[in-house]
Amino acid sequence: MSAKNESWGTRVGLVLAMAGNAVGLGNFLRFPVQAVQNGGGAFIIPYLVCFLLMGIPLLLIEWSMGRFGGRTGNHSTPYILDTMAKGRFWKYIGVFGIFTNIAVAAYYCYIESWTMSYVFHSIGGTFEGKSQGEVASFFNDYVDIGISTTGIPYEAVIFYIFCLALNTYILSRGLAGVEKVAKIGMPLLILFGVFLAYKGLTLGTSGASADHPTASAWDGLNFLWTPQFDSLSNPKVWLAAAGQIFFTLSVGMGTIQCYAAYVRSKDDIALNGVSAGFMNEFVEVVLGSLIVIPIAAGYLGIAWVQENAGFGMAFQTMPYLFQQWGSVLAVIAGVFWFGLLFFAGITSSLAMGTPWMGFMRDEFNWNNSKGALSFGLITLIMGLPTVFFYNYGVFDEYDYWAGTVSLVVFALLETILFSWIFGANRGWKEINMGADIKLPGLLKYIIKWVTPLLLLFVFIGSIITPKGNEWAKQFSNLTNGNGWELDNGSLIKQLANANIYDEIALVKNPATLPALQQEAEALRNSIETSSDPKEVARFQVQYEKKLSRINQVSNPGHLETLNKKLFYIPLARLLLLALFVGLSVLVYRAYKIRVKQGRNTP
Amino acid sequence: MNSSALITMVVTQVLVTCFTVYFFFKVLKTPNKDEGDFPPGP
Repeated sequence: MSAKNESWGTRVGLVLAMAGNAVGLGNFLRFPVQAVQNGGGAFIIPYLVCFLLMGIPLLLIEWSMGRFGGRTGNHSTPYILDTMAKGRFWKYIGVFGIFTNIAVAAYYCYIESWTMSYVFHSIGGTFEGKSQGEVASFFNDYVDIGISTTGIPYEAVIFYIFCLALNTYILSRGLAGVEKVAKIGMPLLILFGVFLAYKGLTLGTSGASADHPTASAWDGLNFLWTPQFDSLSNPKVWLAAAGQIFFTLSVGMGTIQCYAAYVRSKDDIALNGVSAGFMNEFVEVVLGSLIVIPIAAGYLGIAWVQENAGFGMAFQTMPYLFQQWGSVLAVIAGVFWFGLLFFAGITSSLAMGTPWMGFMRDEFNWNNSKGALSFGLITLIMGLPTVFFYNYGVFDEYDYWAGTVSLVVFALLETILFSWIFGANRGWKEINMGADIKLPGLLKYIIKWVTPLLLLFVFIGSIITPKGNEWAKQFSNLTNGNGWELDNGSLIKQLANANIYDEIALVKNPATLPALQQEAEALRNSIETSSDPKEVARFQVQYEKKLSRINQVSNPGHLETLNKKLFYIPLARLLLLALFVGLSVLVYRAYKIRVKQGRNTP
Repeated sequence: MNSSALITMVVTQVLVTCFTVYFFFKVLKTPNKDEGDFPPGP
């Protein structure tokens, strides 16, 4: 990005670009799954509370940090943070704001390339006449580099490179390019979303079939929206809600600061920030909740959704479900669905390129083309391992460390900096400068006290997640002197690869397979003896899942994959570490140049 | 749909939609400030 003269063309363009940055694949795929897993309709209460107590404050903090930075000629977090506080180390904390974007873009562009590819496959009728299992297998074949679904060798790699090249080209056009994509992409995304949401809302029981006689979209909506108020006392639900707000708003990444750094210094950030935040919420809560879950429940039944809800549904299940609407509507729905995901993805991935470009422009005087090309190349180098070794955990590892942990760490530190070092009074003044809406004064105290505490809660919660997410049980164990048992999803256990070692031990244990077979047999008996059709459907889904687990455990290739994961996962971590260190070295070099030029900050 | 699910869904979605439209409308309607004395960057 040109730091010299560049700024947003229009205010609407800025708000749409900011909303596009926030709206991502998670709005359609992560939110409904989180809601289903955390109390259905009751999830929305902690979710909205976290939006007000953590989401809006973080948005305002990051917008004001960005505009403050832009005023002093800084367009990326290392030197935005550096100008906000004394102490040389803050610029290295700011490295997170570039690191996260490159590392996330590396695998995010891979998903984005799937959506591009699936648009072509939808138009080409690839999924026509395929069974549910065949559509799911198609995805597995697609991500297996050795298999080509179109005859083009290394198809997934080619789509990935094409997707990155497209991002690089748009970024090379500067803010005008980003703004144009947002102005086209966001309205189209909403239009596509409204069409699919309408289908989800009106599907009812018309999708029931001989295989799934109890399927009903109403069950999906009931499941998603019926409040289970007892879940409100469960810390797991609050952590999940806080986590969802965090990821959906794209806070803690450094992209908001970068975009806001191009806001003219007298312009409003309060109304812009709140408007972009609510636009993201509209896409997530209104559209996101009405597509995947009701459509899947409408054709496959609620039991299937409960057992299989997850990210994979977008690619492994939705194309099959669209086929049930007839060949013409299937093509339209496929293009709309994957087009929607593509626009959600590209408006976010473009934002990820801007902090690097802003930094290189500010510190090394690189122009847009050079900045965009270098971003594309670094992302390609970082991203190819996620493409080639997708099945060996590299993709998930990037997502965990860069796309999850780094965000929380950075958001926590920047909030402490803003509220306690830069100062809450000064920060509040900065937020309200040029504001077009009057923010409630209470927000100042929320920013100072509640937001950092909530973030600390999320951070500590992710480090010491109790086994099975059972907080009450582990607290009781702790007070009884029985210690605290960690979950394999906790940061500590993740670092130790506990889930892989546990799985290896399980596969090697000769008692595992007979036990699984016995469980499968019990489920089969339940199917035969149960008279309630909904119960039968539930047992059937569980039985099929058990059979698939038996296949996995008895496959010798599974053990081989697990052992390979133990090799590739540390490699992925090393790559991420190398990226962080490399960026820190660049920040240090920039510091030396600044000292030489006499433009050093505190 | 059962009543409690329907009420939760409608109330939440209407609230979120109203706020979104209200703030976006305000963005569209509020005139830009005079840039005058504040440069965009260095």
